Amino acid sequence: MNIKKLEARELSCIRDERVLFSDLNFTLKSGQILLIEGRNGAGKTSLLRILTGFRKPESGDLFWSDERIDNTQEFYQDTAYIGHNNGLKDTLTAEENLRYAQSLAITTLSIDNAMEQVGLNGYQETLVRFMSAGQRRRLALARLLCTHKPLWILDEPFTSLDRASIKLFEQFIETHANQGGLVIMTSHHDTSIPHTLLQKIHL
Amino acid sequence: MFMRFIYKFSSPPYFYAISGKIIPWLTALFFLLLGYGLYGGLVTAPADYQQGDSFRIIYVHVPAAWMSMFIYVVMAISGGIGLVWRIKLAEIVSISSASIGASFTFLALVTGSLWGKPMWGAWWVWDARLTSELVLLFLYLGVIGLYNGIEDKRTASRAVAILALVGVVNIPIIHYSVEWWNTLHQGATVSKLDKPSMHIDMLIPLLVMALAFKVYYAIALLLRCRNELLEREPNGKWIDELLEKVK
Amino acid sequence: MKTSSLFQAFSAVIKRDLVLAYRHRAELINPLAFFVMVITLFPLALGAEIALLKRIAPAIIWVAALLASLMSIENLFRADYDDGSLELMVMTPHSLSILVLAKVTAHWLLSSVPLLFIAPLMGLMLHMDSDVIGVLLLTLLLGMPVLSLIGGIAVALTLGLRKGGALMAVLVLPLYVPILIFASSAVDAAMSGFPVSGHLSMMCAILFLAITLTPLPTAAALKMSLS
Repeated sequence: MNIKKLEARELSCIRDERVLFSDLNFTLKSGQILLIEGRNGAGKTSLLRILTGFRKPESGDLFWSDERIDNTQEFYQDTAYIGHNNGLKDTLTAEENLRYAQSLAITTLSIDNAMEQVGLNGYQETLVRFMSAGQRRRLALARLLCTHKPLWILDEPFTSLDRASIKLFEQFIETHANQGGLVIMTSHHDTSIPHTLLQKIHL
Repeated sequence: MFMRFIYKFSSPPYFYAISGKIIPWLTALFFLLLGYGLYGGLVTAPADYQQGDSFRIIYVHVPAAWMSMFIYVVMAISGGIGLVWRIKLAEIVSISSASIGASFTFLALVTGSLWGKPMWGAWWVWDARLTSELVLLFLYLGVIGLYNGIEDKRTASRAVAILALVGVVNIPIIHYSVEWWNTLHQGATVSKLDKPSMHIDMLIPLLVMALAFKVYYAIALLLRCRNELLEREPNGKWIDELLEKVK
Repeated sequence: MKTSSLFQAFSAVIKRDLVLAYRHRAELINPLAFFVMVITLFPLALGAEIALLKRIAPAIIWVAALLASLMSIENLFRADYDDGSLELMVMTPHSLSILVLAKVTAHWLLSSVPLLFIAPLMGLMLHMDSDVIGVLLLTLLLGMPVLSLIGGIAVALTLGLRKGGALMAVLVLPLYVPILIFASSAVDAAMSGFPVSGHLSMMCAILFLAITLTPLPTAAALKMSLS
């Protein structure tokens, strides 16, 4: 994996006539994890929306590998996102959901392999409707694993997960960073991810 | 150079100050034009040989109809500018135009139907121009409804800009399809400006009235934009400075 | 390692929507039932005079088709928006406009194509002549995709709103005017024995214009509704 870099310069965001943050600068390089903290309503989600390119910042720019993100389509080649909702279709099976995700991106792992890694082996033919909240999160994680996406953007990835699943999730995040990936996430929970990998922004 | 001027003019404090100085002059100009236009139209212009005095409503109806189209185009263009360059003032011009445009459209419809009574013997006739004016009113209502429906005003402005641009591409299509529909279903109705040459004494007041309406639009637009600016930037430093000066 | 091609992505979106529709196949009947019922209301309200029904049949069928399309298009992006798969669709390396076109195509296949099969029956029930029914079908074939394409813009614009439904109708109905005019006057012309190729060419032109232009604002509005 080549070295990738996400850089934010002088970002500011106004929502509903309220300044959420301004002059936000950071640089995130391959192998680093950015943790965005802050109380509810501080603008964590708005910041993620800007980083995913859904929302235009009030001012400031974003650079992906030193190129300004104007054409988001190129940036999206490298970016994966898990929001509050997992982006899974209830009435498709787990495998169908992953196959759909793969057909929109670059395939890396096989579906069976990815599902096995997140501990969902044997659930391939199960409709997502019949899976628990935790299993759905794991399936969303499997989606990240089976497509080639250097940058992961995760909005509250640990909600509705039990302790073991959180551990698993953190492991994959760590591995991803160690393999040269980048991770941006918001979280309420304390993480056990080593601080050497971690950068924090407090809003 | 040009862009720098645009950016300077569109910075809220500068715009607020300049527009405050322009408005009185525009108001004076408006009353001059309106006075001359109304006097020319209602008093000095000769009565129409077919319609008598009832044609005089043309001096309100036609300029209002022209404005209704013109303002929609202004709204779409400024919306597009706001969308591409993210200039806040352009967004504000766009949305402030909407209700002015809707009012002109409504005025054109009302005067049109008032005129229709003596001309066609009915308050409403499915005449091509009136019908496309009605569709235009619906387009305006859509824009206003969409803007009010979205809470975050920047997002709302962008939504409105997209809708206005879609509308502006559609207006010619709607206009010609309605015209075509009308000739198919009704045969030619009396069209309002079909006389090849209007008497010059009738025409000049009409043009002056059109100009007066344009100036009125400018005044209303500036006032609304100033209001909208204050509402959108309640914490702006320049507003505090303004308040200081007033004290 | 290669990105999936644009065509793969396009067909994946269509395929997924078709599979989803198949799993909810009971809902497919709704626009059809709505279409038939709206048409039934007219003879009930107007009386069953054959000459009258025959004259206004094209108008009735077109207005009913338009309302049925309006009703079903509302859900074009709703489910995707609610479960987060819209974010996934936006965040692909592929042009969002093309994927939007795929969504609209799937919607057209699911909601408008069945109408094409039931419309002749409705025409017969309203005493239309069979050659006029042929023209009616042609106009529906050319016109309904335009309704879906334009409807997509309005749906995307009102997606984030809690009560978007009524507003969406206000946004979209004025834009439906041209297609309604051309379609119903084509059928009118056929009824009076005039040639219809002019009307149909016009509708073709509008269709191609809509295919090329409407996905752009829809895509822009979708991104906006995610902000």
